[in-house]
Amino acid sequence: MTSLYLILAVILFSIGLIGFLIRRNALVVFMCVELMLNACNLLFVAFSNHHGILDGQMAAFFVMVVAAAEVVIGLSIIVMITRTRRSTSVDAGTVLKG
Amino acid sequence: MMVPMVTGTEVVFWICAVLAILGAVGLITFSKPVYSALCLALVMVSLAVIYASLGAPFLMAVQIIVYTGAILMLFLFVIMLVGVDTHDSFTETLKGHRVAAGLAGVGVLTLLTLAVTQVVLGSPAGLDAANAGGNVEGLASLIFSRYVIAFECTAALLITAAVAAMVLAYPEKVKKKIGQVERAAQRLEAFTKSGQHPGPKPSSGVFARHNSIATPALLPDGTVAEESVSRILADRVAIASAEDLWAPHDEILAAIESEEDDIFELEEAKEETEAEVSEGVPTRQDTPINEDDQDKDDSKDQDKEEKDND
Repeated sequence: MTSLYLILAVILFSIGLIGFLIRRNALVVFMCVELMLNACNLLFVAFSNHHGILDGQMAAFFVMVVAAAEVVIGLSIIVMITRTRRSTSVDAGTVLKG
Repeated sequence: MMVPMVTGTEVVFWICAVLAILGAVGLITFSKPVYSALCLALVMVSLAVIYASLGAPFLMAVQIIVYTGAILMLFLFVIMLVGVDTHDSFTETLKGHRVAAGLAGVGVLTLLTLAVTQVVLGSPAGLDAANAGGNVEGLASLIFSRYVIAFECTAALLITAAVAAMVLAYPEKVKKKIGQVERAAQRLEAFTKSGQHPGPKPSSGVFARHNSIATPALLPDGTVAEESVSRILADRVAIASAEDLWAPHDEILAAIESEEDDIFELEEAKEETEAEVSEGVPTRQDTPINEDDQDKDDSKDQDKEEKDND
């Protein structure tokens, strides 16, 4: 039963990875990162259930806290870039291009 | 008769796994960011239900409140802030980029699936023993004993993130802020140069029937004071015209004038009837006190006349 959860987590992580590589909108790229974090959380909870100890749930809780902080910083950076570049595309930041 | 054994956990898993994968696929295929965000919400709620079936009710609540409620709403706020109509262009900026990215993703998927399926895990132990004293109580005892330093670090992390978000998202002022003194100086300067009125503009009209901001004030000659209503309203022709404002006044004046004649007729008729009724009965005008007064007045007048003559 636990391996089914692992496969689901792997599928979600891979979809998030593909979206992260394909999409150009910075917001959607960021959402794909969140999807990958959620897949890892699912692994933590599944293994916590498998081994019968709560430490895995603890780890998932810390991942959520760090994800909240990360989202706050990341979104404010996106807002700042949008204000100067007038676009949310990840291709817009080309000032350092050689 | 063999009935396959299906537990509630398995049913929940299959329903939520399908929903989560559909949501994840929608997240990377919709070109509108709002649809992507809602698909992500579907994934997160499905995962929350799976957490609940895996003996993690506290994480289910945190997943819904923090992830779906706070983080995704923050995403939606930012989407609204940067413009909800921004479509993602699917044109490739690098040649063969999407094919390569898809291949890389499928490769990672294959490798991880192979690795995961190679592991022989056995049956899960279950969290019934660990959750015996309550899931929240068990997590709390872990947070405040083994993970207390990490927990304090997350507090510092969250404070830093909040301050950093304020610093990053606060727009820098390009121009100096104009205060009351500078504004007054600007007005007087405009007055000396172009004769522009330095005082406040006239307020909107306040009449018995209208006092909204769409009602212009009337000048003494009956025309509309242009500056008394907002220019936006005036451009939309949403303001009342001077004729509209005068119309009720003229109507009432005409009504009063036509009624005045009736009132005079009524009064004359009333006096006549009173005179008929009061025959022989002394009215107030006929009282002796009044007569005395009149007499006194008459005598005074006569005295005055005599003096004048002198």
